[in-house]
Amino acid sequence: MQKQHLLLALIAGLVVHTAAAQQLDGTLKKVKDSNAITLGIRESSFPLSYLDATQKPIGYHIDICMAIVNAVKARLQLPKLEVKTQAVTSQNRIPLIVNGTIDLECGSTTNNADRQKQVAFAPTTYVTNVLMAVKKSSGIKSLDQLNGKPVATTTGTTSVQLIRSHEKGKNLDFKEVYGKDHADSFLMLETDRAVAFVMDDNLLMGLIANAKNPQDYAIVGEPLSVEPIAIMLRRDDPQFKGLVHATVSNMAKTGELTKLYAKWFNSPIPPKGVNLAVPMSEQLKAAIVNPNDNPAESYKK
Amino acid sequence: MNYQWNWGVFFETIPSGDVTYLTWIIHGLGWTVAISLCAWIIALSLGSIVGTLRTAQHRGLALIGHAWVEFFRNVPILLQLFLWFFVVPELLPHDLSMWVKQDMPAKEFITSVLALGLFTSARVAEQVRAGIQSLSRGQRNAGLALGFTQTQTYRYVLLPMAFRIIIPPLTSEFMNAFKNSGVAYAVGVWEMVFVSRQMVEETGGQVIESLIVPTVLYIICSYAANLLMGVIERRSHVPGFIVAK
Amino acid sequence: MFSNFDFSVIPPSLPYIWQGLVFSFRLTVTAMLGGIIIGTLLALARLSGGKALGFAAKTYVDLMRSVPLLMMILWFFLLAPFFMKITPETSALITFTLFQAAFYSEIMRAGIQSIPRGQINAGFAIGMSYWQTMGNVVLPQAFRNMVPVLLTQTFILFQDTSLVYAIGATDLLKAADNTGKLYGRTVEMYIFVSLIYFAICFSLSMFVKYMNKRIAIIR
Repeated sequence: MQKQHLLLALIAGLVVHTAAAQQLDGTLKKVKDSNAITLGIRESSFPLSYLDATQKPIGYHIDICMAIVNAVKARLQLPKLEVKTQAVTSQNRIPLIVNGTIDLECGSTTNNADRQKQVAFAPTTYVTNVLMAVKKSSGIKSLDQLNGKPVATTTGTTSVQLIRSHEKGKNLDFKEVYGKDHADSFLMLETDRAVAFVMDDNLLMGLIANAKNPQDYAIVGEPLSVEPIAIMLRRDDPQFKGLVHATVSNMAKTGELTKLYAKWFNSPIPPKGVNLAVPMSEQLKAAIVNPNDNPAESYKK
Repeated sequence: MNYQWNWGVFFETIPSGDVTYLTWIIHGLGWTVAISLCAWIIALSLGSIVGTLRTAQHRGLALIGHAWVEFFRNVPILLQLFLWFFVVPELLPHDLSMWVKQDMPAKEFITSVLALGLFTSARVAEQVRAGIQSLSRGQRNAGLALGFTQTQTYRYVLLPMAFRIIIPPLTSEFMNAFKNSGVAYAVGVWEMVFVSRQMVEETGGQVIESLIVPTVLYIICSYAANLLMGVIERRSHVPGFIVAK
Repeated sequence: MFSNFDFSVIPPSLPYIWQGLVFSFRLTVTAMLGGIIIGTLLALARLSGGKALGFAAKTYVDLMRSVPLLMMILWFFLLAPFFMKITPETSALITFTLFQAAFYSEIMRAGIQSIPRGQINAGFAIGMSYWQTMGNVVLPQAFRNMVPVLLTQTFILFQDTSLVYAIGATDLLKAADNTGKLYGRTVEMYIFVSLIYFAICFSLSMFVKYMNKRIAIIR
């Protein structure tokens, strides 16, 4: 694993090496001057970025970020570059990128046009579908069966707005309930405060995998939204963005990204060794064939 | 700082409806005020009773007061709210439990007010007690010597003094309750913290604006409450005691 | 729900919960000591009769008491990098101390005001200055009168350390929360942490009650 990363990093380093003669600026200069790079991580965005049993950040996006870090090391010729991590929340991740506290955000941020006004994104590395988790025993298959019933989602997420828009569009009336985080929302489903929990599919799969009785739950419904998820970096920083894009695009081309996907989505992962067994979506396959940082708006049909 | 400001965002319409973000935030402020005031009524009435009980001569009553305070002040409000919301309904009989969880009207609001009110009552009780105990023992004795009963001594001698002495910390406590009402977002009440979090998400990039406005609204409201209490404090100060100018 | 409680996730996570607890303690003790010292000075400044001094102290206290702590923690951490390099932990230590000072100051002011004015006059009469009178006569009594309230404030402070999640620092609650989420055992973890908070605050409370009996002023 480590060797492959190094090799990749070297390739990425070579790609941008043609520009190496020019003066460093932006993030690369900052990293070189401080001899440290700080990664923003999420503590429970399963399986993209979360803390394992020893409170160490792991996940699909962490692995990708480490590949970028290796490329930075190669580019700056700083093999001993210090890698720091800083836990971020959905509230502070953008300000922390903007004020320079973190250099890369390796969480689960949707790339959309509004955010692109403040920050830049690496090429899309995951595409999430907003679906719902239900108890199998309820027999619910679609959102339209939920008229008058309690539906859970998490505060401060796009799903809140998606559900409300869906209600309006279809003239339905849900009793929405909101958890402060995904674990609380799932608990609402578990304790029958809600009959469905609407959220990004990868997060729902993670919650079910770790639930007390995973076999009791199913993920159903038609996607309310399809959103590209990507690593976030500072805006107006062409040197660093070039390096990040070259690295991630290379990972896509060499098959490294597909391997990492298999590692986190199709094999047993910590802490319980559950295999999420999620085949790669068509949208993600397309994003790997043609690496891009198109915002969510371009995924709408 | 490479941040793209956009204060106009407050006059944009939210994606799922026909109101602007500004209307939305003010709506949130309404819930914040409602939760804090309701919780404060519970806290002040229960807190005064419990605080008085703690200074009672009767051992049993004092013990009840003590147990109340220890029970409600020793666990953070967020955890207490969680326990009221997720754990307590599970202890009820099945039908009642399902009613509380799914059909009870305004269940999130009621749970938040209850949790915040009880939590704050323990702190109010401690201040009432401290106020009574800071009075010299002679006052109680004087009351009894005049032929007052215990209750009358409290009603006419001790409490009027004690309450005036503890107005400053009581003001702090009210402001705390106001600010603590933000935890209600955790069970899904659309108060200001909830709206702010949602606005961060729905505007995509305008995080700073979405956070500044609620912060400023909190400051203005708490400050207003503080000024009002300041007036009450000056009007009611006890002659012969040191007072802030 | 309760039929399949599983507390077995707790033992392996104890080292991290312990680390979180140590940070909560460090934050509480620092902010308490710093807060009481700064707070007492603020209270004295406010009651000193000096116009400018009193106004400055009042403004500081009122402003701090009006800001939600969570917002203060978040804003300080977001703005600090423009002036200095700062870790979430240091940021939390500074914010908590400055914030708590305002609350301790109000408590000390109430304590000072509970002392009859005659005692101050007595101090002046025997030739002591304002600060001498305060230091030797008023404060020792005020402090003892207010021990229960100072203690309550410290409990609040200890419980509020959980708000550091906003800047990515890990305290007792966050450490437990992370573990609970990892194993899908939030309820068990929250109950467990509630018990820890209760045990700590309750024993402290008993200790202070005992101390209070020994130092309280008999009236």
